[in-house]
Amino acid sequence: MTTQTGAALSPAAKDADKAPKTVKGSPKWGDLVLRIVAGLVLLYLFLPIFVIILFSFNDPKGKFNYSWQGFTLKNWLDPFKYPPLTDALLLSINVAAVSTVIALVLGSLVAVALVRQRFRGSQTVDTFLVLPLTAPEVVMGASLLVLFLDLGWATGYVTILLAHIAFEVSFIAMTVRARMRGFDWTLEDASMDLGANPTRTFFKVTLPLIVPGIIAAGMLSFALSLDDFIITYFVSGSSVTYPLYVNASVKASVPPQINVLATAILLISLLLLGVGTLYRRKRLDV
Amino acid sequence: MAGVAASSRQRSKIAPYLMIAPALIYLAIFFVWPVISLAMTSLSTAGGSVFLPTMEFGWKFSNYSEAFSKYEDQILRSFGYAIVATLVCLLLAYPLAYVIAFKAGRYKNLILGLVILPFFVTFLIRTIAWKTILADDGWVVSALDSVGLLPSDGRLLSTSWAVIGGLIYNWIIFMILPLYVSLEKIDPRLIEATKDLYSSNTRSFTKVIMPLSMPGVFAGSLLVFIPAAGDFINASYLGSTQTTMIGNVIQQQFLVVKDYPAAAALSMVLMVIILVGVLAYTRALGTEDLV
Repeated sequence: MTTQTGAALSPAAKDADKAPKTVKGSPKWGDLVLRIVAGLVLLYLFLPIFVIILFSFNDPKGKFNYSWQGFTLKNWLDPFKYPPLTDALLLSINVAAVSTVIALVLGSLVAVALVRQRFRGSQTVDTFLVLPLTAPEVVMGASLLVLFLDLGWATGYVTILLAHIAFEVSFIAMTVRARMRGFDWTLEDASMDLGANPTRTFFKVTLPLIVPGIIAAGMLSFALSLDDFIITYFVSGSSVTYPLYVNASVKASVPPQINVLATAILLISLLLLGVGTLYRRKRLDV
Repeated sequence: MAGVAASSRQRSKIAPYLMIAPALIYLAIFFVWPVISLAMTSLSTAGGSVFLPTMEFGWKFSNYSEAFSKYEDQILRSFGYAIVATLVCLLLAYPLAYVIAFKAGRYKNLILGLVILPFFVTFLIRTIAWKTILADDGWVVSALDSVGLLPSDGRLLSTSWAVIGGLIYNWIIFMILPLYVSLEKIDPRLIEATKDLYSSNTRSFTKVIMPLSMPGVFAGSLLVFIPAAGDFINASYLGSTQTTMIGNVIQQQFLVVKDYPAAAALSMVLMVIILVGVLAYTRALGTEDLV
């Protein structure tokens, strides 16, 4: 389908459409070895994932789901058997969504200012934004805990949110900035020259150019927040996010429902990935 | 920066400052201030009890010398593990990123998606899965045992290698992606040019591809090294008391022992060593893009 469309295109059009790059004249053997190594690395990335999926069908005898006991479907039939686990997952999604929205506003504004405007001190701002990325998570978590202790704030939902925004802002600013570089901003001038006012230019030209970068940054930030354990561990108080629940369960009991929900999240991501790819292909086909 | 001068005429001078202010104020409160608090704490005297810890500021530099002498092993181990993990990540990630960038053809996006997919499972659950894989009664141990490759004590779990393996697995994605991005940017015509000029494959790799992929190597190694050096999850899930890292001590001192000054001093040590390392590394290999 799509491939045939691709093949039918003229070489020039193919070039414009980011044609697959191939290196000519490499020896067959080296090429084969390279592909095998890459395949093995890919397999290695999936090894624990296979284990996680497999153990979602396990019927553990004790409290821990570490060794294979027997096949069962009952975990899948009752994925929300443990309300604390479900609550933790919902809390994590809540934190990820709220913190990402706030961090997107803060981070995108900085990115746009850095790329589109020349101002005194922009270099310093740049360096300042990288700093949080060079601080190890354990230091960030510890320092925030010290701050909250100094201020006498009780740790909980709000402090988790504040901490997540703090590490997301830099990631978002960097990602959006990287995506915005190399755009042809003279399009804005063209729009103005053709009689559009600044507002119309912003909505019709600038926004469509930066939105893909913002969406990508938002997805990254959401994923980082959902997965964050170390910083959250320091500032969570008695609130329990999904990674915190998993960590606590390692010491007490690991229900196979953890694997069921992890597998479900994986499947949903895979589905979104597939839909996204199809959507992009469709747009390219038009 | 084309177009900036041309379009800035419609914009006011204070606009950029208004745009950067919210984020900078936020980071000043929730990043700079906490780090200053941490530095102050690291120079304080601990008092009170575990239940009600108190601190008094007093330029107590001995916290640092104590941290160094008491936790020398953990400090050395953290950086040792992180360096090994970063190097192995580079070795494993390069061939994969190279194949995706140059050989994958129309499967490029699919393979890229597959590479990212495992990382949609929470980091802790992936680490628990490694615990299962490396378990004493697991198939990896028995397979290695049957070919006689098992270390003397017959275990994989609770060894340094298990911890390093966990660090590699959990952060390799941050090596693969920047490498892929920098390799993908290389104009294939440059590589063809080396062929036209009778360069061997090895030569075109070492003279063209590798130098052009250095920004990816640089970004990737920092993105792996920094979190790996500060991690405590892999050491506590996959390691033993013989494999603890700085992160374990900081976490323990902060949240269990509640000796805040000692923990803060160790955090500062970790942060400063990483910062100095990053600066030196940037000098040596520097590019302006970290992400």
